Amino acid sequence: MRIFKYGDDVNTDVIFPGKYTYTISDPEEMAQHALEDLDPEFVKIVEPGDIIVAGKNFGCGSSREQAATCIKYSGVAAVIAKSFSRIFFRNCINSGLLAVECPAAADRITKESSVTIDRERNRIQVDGEWIDFPPIPEAVRYIIDGGGLIPYLRKKFSEKKS
Amino acid sequence: MGKTFVEKILAKRAGKSAVVPGEIVVVKPDYVMSHDNSAAIYGKFKQIGAGRVFEPEQVLIILDHCVPAASEKYAKNHQEVRDFVEKFDIPNFFDINTGVCHQVVIEKGFARPGRLIVGSDSHTVSYGAVGAFSAGIGRSEAAAIWATGEIWLKVPSTLKVVLDGMPRPGVTAKDMMLYLIGEIGADGALYKAVEFTGKAVSRMTVADRIVFANMTVEMGGKNGYFSPDETTFEYLRARGIDESGFEAVFPDSDANYEQVLIIDAASVEPQVAKPHTVDNVAPVSEVAGTKIHQALIGTCTNGRIEDLRAAAAVLKGKKVAKNVRLLVFPASMEIYMQAMKEGLFETIIEAGGIVMNPGCGPCLGAHEGILAPGEVCISTANRNFKGRMGCKTASVYLASPETVAASAIAGEICAAEALK
Repeated sequence: MRIFKYGDDVNTDVIFPGKYTYTISDPEEMAQHALEDLDPEFVKIVEPGDIIVAGKNFGCGSSREQAATCIKYSGVAAVIAKSFSRIFFRNCINSGLLAVECPAAADRITKESSVTIDRERNRIQVDGEWIDFPPIPEAVRYIIDGGGLIPYLRKKFSEKKS
Repeated sequence: MGKTFVEKILAKRAGKSAVVPGEIVVVKPDYVMSHDNSAAIYGKFKQIGAGRVFEPEQVLIILDHCVPAASEKYAKNHQEVRDFVEKFDIPNFFDINTGVCHQVVIEKGFARPGRLIVGSDSHTVSYGAVGAFSAGIGRSEAAAIWATGEIWLKVPSTLKVVLDGMPRPGVTAKDMMLYLIGEIGADGALYKAVEFTGKAVSRMTVADRIVFANMTVEMGGKNGYFSPDETTFEYLRARGIDESGFEAVFPDSDANYEQVLIIDAASVEPQVAKPHTVDNVAPVSEVAGTKIHQALIGTCTNGRIEDLRAAAAVLKGKKVAKNVRLLVFPASMEIYMQAMKEGLFETIIEAGGIVMNPGCGPCLGAHEGILAPGEVCISTANRNFKGRMGCKTASVYLASPETVAASAIAGEICAAEALK
C-alpha cells in the first residue's frame, strides 16, 4: 500500500480540472485525470488499496462530484485528512469513497507508515498505535450501508415497484 | 437562548420546534438548481429508476456553463438537458439566452427571504443575499431530490461577521470580502453558517450582498445570510414580489453564535487574491506593476449592472493597454439589455474591450477566454486555483471591477485610484 501525502486546502480544480467536467463522463476515464494539476505522477503509480493523506480543508472549491469519483476509480481505498470541505465530504459519502477526518492520524502518517483502517470500530492504526476518528453520523449510515446514494435509492425504488 | 437564522429555518422546514448544531434534519427544498451538469444528473436519475420526477416545479435548470456550446460534446450535453426538460415537463428551465444561473435565480425571483434552495454548484450560497438559505450539493444528491423531493442537511454552527464602520471611497464589497477571506483563511468558516451584519451592511445594495454571500464558500461556509431589510424588499418589489410572496426568517437578537468576527470596513483598502488560492490576499498596492495579458469583468460574483457601471466609469475615455484583452461578461440578458440602454457597451468597446454573452465559460476553463502558458489574468471571478482558467501554468488574480478595469488600461495591476 502506497501513501500519497499532500498539504492543506487541496481544491477540486487540481483534483479534477474544470475543463474536463463536461467532456468526460466515464468514471474510468475520470480516474486517468485524478489529481492531474496537483501531482502528475499520481495516476502513473497509484494502485488499488493506496491511500491519500492530506491536511485541512481537502476538496475545497467546486461542488464537482467527479473529484470524489476520480479518486475512487483510481483505486484509492481512503482519504485521511485533518478536515474536508463540506460538499466534497458529502460527495464521498454518496459515492462510497471512505473519507476519514482525523487530524492526529493525518499528522502522524508518513509515506513510510504502516496504516490499517478499522471501519467497524472507527479507528486507524498508524505504526502500531490506534487512533479513533469520529464515526459517520448514524442518520446517514444507511447511504454507506447501501453502497452509496444512487445504489441505495435504486434498491428502494425497485422494492417499491415489486 | 435564542436561535440563529440557520437554526430557525432548518427547524421550521424540518417541522421541528427547535434544532441544535450537529443535528441532522431532512428537508424538502423549494428548488434544486442545476445547470449544464443537469445532463450528468439525468444520467444518475435514470440509474435510480424512479420513473418520474417527484415534483417538476421543484427542479430549476439554467444553461450557463459553456454557452453557446464550444464543441460537439458540450452541444450533446445541452441536448440531453433539453430532452430531460421536455420529457418530464420541467417548467422552470432557462436556455442559453438567459444568464449565469445564480444571477438568474435571484433576478427571476426564485430566491426570496425564508426560502430553502440547494443547487449542484458550490456558489449556490449566493441566495443568502436576499435572506434565503442556500447551499451547494453534489450531482448524486440533486438526482436524489429529483426522485424523492428531499435531502438531509446537518445543522451548522454559526459565525457572525460584523462589518463595522463605513468603507472608504473606492473600496468595494469585493475588496471587503477578499480582505475577510484573507483574514480567516480558506477554511475559516468550514461547515459553518455565516451571518453578515453591521453598519456597512445596512448601506449595501443587493448586488454588494451577493458578492459576500457568493464567496462565503471560499472560506468553507455552508451558507451566507443577510437579514432582509428595506433594501431587499425594494429589490423584490421592483420584480413584482411584495411581502405576501414570502415568509422572511430572522435570527433572534439573543442567538448563540459560535464566533463573532468584527471587521472595521474603514480600514480596508482595495485588495487582490494572488495566485493560486483565494485566501492569498494582499492590498492592490503590494502587487501593483504586475504585467497582465487578460482582464475579465463579469461572472456570478461581479457581473451585475452596478459592476458594469463601475468598470465603465473607469474605462470612460481611456484605452485598454496594447497586448491586453479585456473581456466583459454581463451576468444575465436582463443586465445585458440594461447596460446596452445605458450606453455602457459603447464605453467598453471604444476602450478596446470585448462584450461577451452572459455565461461562465472562462471562469471554469471551459471556453471564451482560456489562458496560454505563463499568462496572467486579473478577474472579478471568485476562484484563482491553478488551472482554473484552463491552463495550469497561467496565473489568476482576483479583484473588484474597478481594479480590473484600471489594470486593463495600465497593462499591469493597478488600483483605480492610482490611475487618476
